[in-house]
Amino acid sequence: MMFAGWELLRLSESVTLTINGQKYSAEKGKTILQVAVDNGIKIPTLCQHEEIEPYGACRLCIVEITKGTRNRIVTSCLYPVEEGLIVQTDSPAVVRNRKMLLDLLLTRCSENEVIRDLAGQYGVKTPSFREEYWEKHDCIVCGLCVRACEQVVGVSAISLVDRGIHKEPKPPYLEKAKNCIGCGSCYYVCPTHAIHMEDKNGVRRIDRWKVEFKLKKCSKCGIEWAPVAQLEYIRKKWNLPADFFDICPNCK
Amino acid sequence: MKSPQDLEKLQQTLSKKLDAGKPRISICNGTACRPYGSNPVAEAFKAEIEKRDLGNQLEFKVTGCHGFCERGPVAIVEPGNLFYQKIKVEDVPEIVEKTLKGETVSRLLFKAAETGKEVAGQNEVPFYRNQTRIVLGNNVRIDPTSIEDYIAIGGYSALSKALHTMQPDQIIDVIKQSGLRGRGGGGFPTGLKWETCRKAHGDIKYVIVNADEGDPGAYANEGLLSGNPHSVLEGLIIGAFAIGAHQGYVYVRNEYPLALKNINIAMQQAEKLGLLGKDILGSGFDFSVRINRGGGAFVCGESTALMASLEGKTGEPRAKYIHTVEKGLWDRPSDLNNVETWANIPLIISKGPEWFNSIGSKGNTGTKIFSLTGKVNNTGLVEVPMGIKLRDIIFDIGGGIRGNKKFKAVQTGGPSGGCLPEKLLDLAVDFDELTKAGSMMGSGGMIVMDEDNCMVDVARYFLTFLEEESCGKCVPCREGVKRMKQILTDITEGKGRESDLDLLKELSAHLKDSALCALGSSAPNPVLTTIKYFLDEYEAHIKQKKCPAGVCKSLIKFSIIDEKCPGCGMCVKICPAHAITDMGKKKPVILDQSKCIKCRTCYDVCRMGAVKIE
Amino acid sequence: MKDSISIIIKKYGNDKSQLVSILQDIQIEYNYLPRSALDKLSKKMGIPQSHIYSMATFFRAFSLKERGKHIVNVCLGTACHVRGGELILDSLERQLDIKRGNTTKDGNFTLETVNCMGCCATGPVVKIDEEYFGHMTNDKVEPMIKKYGE
Ligand SMILES: Cc1cc2nc3c(=O)[nH]c(=O)nc-3n(C[C@H](O)[C@H](O)[C@H](O)COP(=O)(O)O)c2cc1C
Ligand code: SF4
Ligand code: FES
Ligand code: FES
Ligand code: FES
Repeated sequence: MMFAGWELLRLSESVTLTINGQKYSAEKGKTILQVAVDNGIKIPTLCQHEEIEPYGACRLCIVEITKGTRNRIVTSCLYPVEEGLIVQTDSPAVVRNRKMLLDLLLTRCSENEVIRDLAGQYGVKTPSFREEYWEKHDCIVCGLCVRACEQVVGVSAISLVDRGIHKEPKPPYLEKAKNCIGCGSCYYVCPTHAIHMEDKNGVRRIDRWKVEFKLKKCSKCGIEWAPVAQLEYIRKKWNLPADFFDICPNCK
Repeated sequence: MKSPQDLEKLQQTLSKKLDAGKPRISICNGTACRPYGSNPVAEAFKAEIEKRDLGNQLEFKVTGCHGFCERGPVAIVEPGNLFYQKIKVEDVPEIVEKTLKGETVSRLLFKAAETGKEVAGQNEVPFYRNQTRIVLGNNVRIDPTSIEDYIAIGGYSALSKALHTMQPDQIIDVIKQSGLRGRGGGGFPTGLKWETCRKAHGDIKYVIVNADEGDPGAYANEGLLSGNPHSVLEGLIIGAFAIGAHQGYVYVRNEYPLALKNINIAMQQAEKLGLLGKDILGSGFDFSVRINRGGGAFVCGESTALMASLEGKTGEPRAKYIHTVEKGLWDRPSDLNNVETWANIPLIISKGPEWFNSIGSKGNTGTKIFSLTGKVNNTGLVEVPMGIKLRDIIFDIGGGIRGNKKFKAVQTGGPSGGCLPEKLLDLAVDFDELTKAGSMMGSGGMIVMDEDNCMVDVARYFLTFLEEESCGKCVPCREGVKRMKQILTDITEGKGRESDLDLLKELSAHLKDSALCALGSSAPNPVLTTIKYFLDEYEAHIKQKKCPAGVCKSLIKFSIIDEKCPGCGMCVKICPAHAITDMGKKKPVILDQSKCIKCRTCYDVCRMGAVKIE
Repeated sequence: MKDSISIIIKKYGNDKSQLVSILQDIQIEYNYLPRSALDKLSKKMGIPQSHIYSMATFFRAFSLKERGKHIVNVCLGTACHVRGGELILDSLERQLDIKRGNTTKDGNFTLETVNCMGCCATGPVVKIDEEYFGHMTNDKVEPMIKKYGE
């Protein structure tokens, strides 16, 4: 990333803010969430990951801020800290809204363990909505898989398809994701375990993207350690010799 | 053109031609006149004039929307400022003939409802009489595809004035003094927005016209952009100069083919005359424009979603904790304004902020264009000074409710706005009062509803719309709107529970607090206002399982009032479900409830009022 | 097909930010967005297939299915809704024997809906191809469709 001169100047500045009554000093340019995490203050999140740009979809990380006489609810994963900012991470308004968020998520994902646990922590045991509305999704459309694939892996094999209530991460044309290299980043970042990945009999399968990959066997120890496609992708990208991945990292 | 003098010279030549005192016919061929067949009428005029070789004796213009679309196709004829309505191809030769002779075709004039008398001049037609058409008024004077027409009436002289006699800061000051507030809905002070954008760091800046007009049921921006595209363009160039932008964008809703066509033509003409491009009018200022089509997404009217779409991405909004005037399109300072906001700029520059302040009310200066539709007699585009009462728009300009029905509600602000009841008819129409009442100004939709409209159904309608249009990014909107719609659907189907109203209110409060963008945070407005002002209708649906307006299909029954039915058989023939049986002449027909699909066709065709909805 | 995609891309100066406009032009060319055209676009412009698919499904103006000879567009905007636009849609669904979003078996009509076409004063409005029909009522549906029957 490039910064203009004045931006660099801003980045190195520091500000003082108050979180839950306690004063903290923080680097300008950081988000409230980053500062909270740095200082061991817990704020629940679902769509956020350190390696990936914040997105602001799940809204779980909401906090209440005071500026002048006005109070406002903002998402802490996006809000940049400011001098004199007053933040409450668990004010009544925040808790009320977080509860409703979890209520809505639970209605969507009524059988998902992660969501049920999280909702339970906020006292939401069953959805407030009538049973006919309950759904059994696992995906909460946080977009982490799609963003990881694009921003971290650089492959963009999958994307968010459709909009509104139909929006979900899907492979193009709902067919086998042809650019997928089987690296499994999506599987690792998914907060609700909505993506199933399995390595079995020399093959890795990710059903959601309708893909299967042959796994590479280490020529020394014989372990099947990574999809051939992924290794080829890395080898080409970094211009590595053809036999570079014949041996697994453990045996190297 | 290379200098202000060039423009002035051209303007003088063109306006002389205009004032030649020739008889003139301006026929509207705007989008709303087309369903009435304005296209063939316009063609007929052209053919007639050509056939009789009248090009020199008669000035003929095909224009954009005149406003009174209800009566389309309409025309204004000079001398006499005559207003002709519902013109048919057959009328054309007579109009041409009489216009040449200075006579009037009286049967095409507007007839006043109270007196039944014909009204000749446009300014005396009640629909026009109470309007202040400073922005829309020029529509009738120009062919929107002709830059000459626009220049002839003084177009681009404000630009020339701004470029050559004013400093950017001075322009911003003038706009600030005018008190102009954004016409896109929020009412943010335009001068302040420009100033922030001008002061924002960065060399490259953008100015953007929001012509996405997503409010379903509003076409005020359409009428302006297709009817007077140069006024928008002129405003944009002035704004760009004031802000320091060299690239502009016009983002036009895809469903507006005519507006798209006309703004494209306007841009090319302006380029040709040196009003766009390098060194505009010899001022040294460079500016070019790109026109983009929307893709059919309401959310793309939202500033960050619009910019994402301009970048070639899906229209997902992002948080605006850093404003778009600082970091917008491609992370550069970007100023986005509504079509109507831009069209006001040349007027303010030409006539000064004091003039603008003299129109409207304090804090809400100038006019606002509304598309007045629904159950009023006179539908169309109206322009009124801000602060006018709702009643004046609906009853004076709009001519009251159709078919002597009773007024029930007026909806402003589209899906982000609300429904206001009769007791608020004396409310002043401005940004602040509408918001206080739980609605909002929006980009100009004003839909009137009568006793036959069900307010629960209207709330369900908007939530269905929003569910389809939500981008689906954030949980409160995607999941919350879906649940609200489900609850409302249940209520309209007789499955409502008494606890539903509290649940709707809770969800509403949540959306207001937590949604990412204003689509979500204003989505509750149609629900909250209908609960607030029409609670009895909700209760009737929930408790008595009745739809008092006779709209919600699951709760109504069609039947024949035997005493009123002469057995004419109209309904028998037309009923798509074959649910009605003819019992012979003079005997009432019989309607079979088990076959009835509640399509309402019989109710609409029966002239005797013999079909009852319970 | 080869050329038209290249021509369209060229018209927009190979500018990725113009993707919506490019897709619009492709749709005008083929009446829908054919898979083969999109794959070509993806290769030529270096835009991931997944991104193009995202765009094509996000924006309602695009159709990934082949459409009929005539496009029947029913307005469901508010102004048309309060004057019974939905009843007109029901009626069209019955007459054409398809649900909205679909094409008749003979490929003659595709039934679509839109939220306002900018002529609300004349609602309820239906548009077939380029022709607008205002003040629609159930009994006007059949003659209107017949006009485009063959
Ligand atoms: C969901 C949504 C839809 C919007 N649609 C429009 C629109 O169609 N036209 C418009 O000018 N502004 C629309 N806006 C408001 C814009 O975000 C923005 O505030 C406006 O264009 C600014 O222009 P103004 O300052 O001239 O009002 C919309 C906002 C939201 C949240
Ligand atoms: S409020 Fe709705 S439209 Fe706005 S970001 Fe959230 S999901 Fe998208
Ligand atoms: S973690 Fe901030 S919105 Fe999801
Ligand atoms: S479109 Fe003709 S008067 Fe409005
Ligand atoms: S609402 Fe139907 S044309 Fe506008």
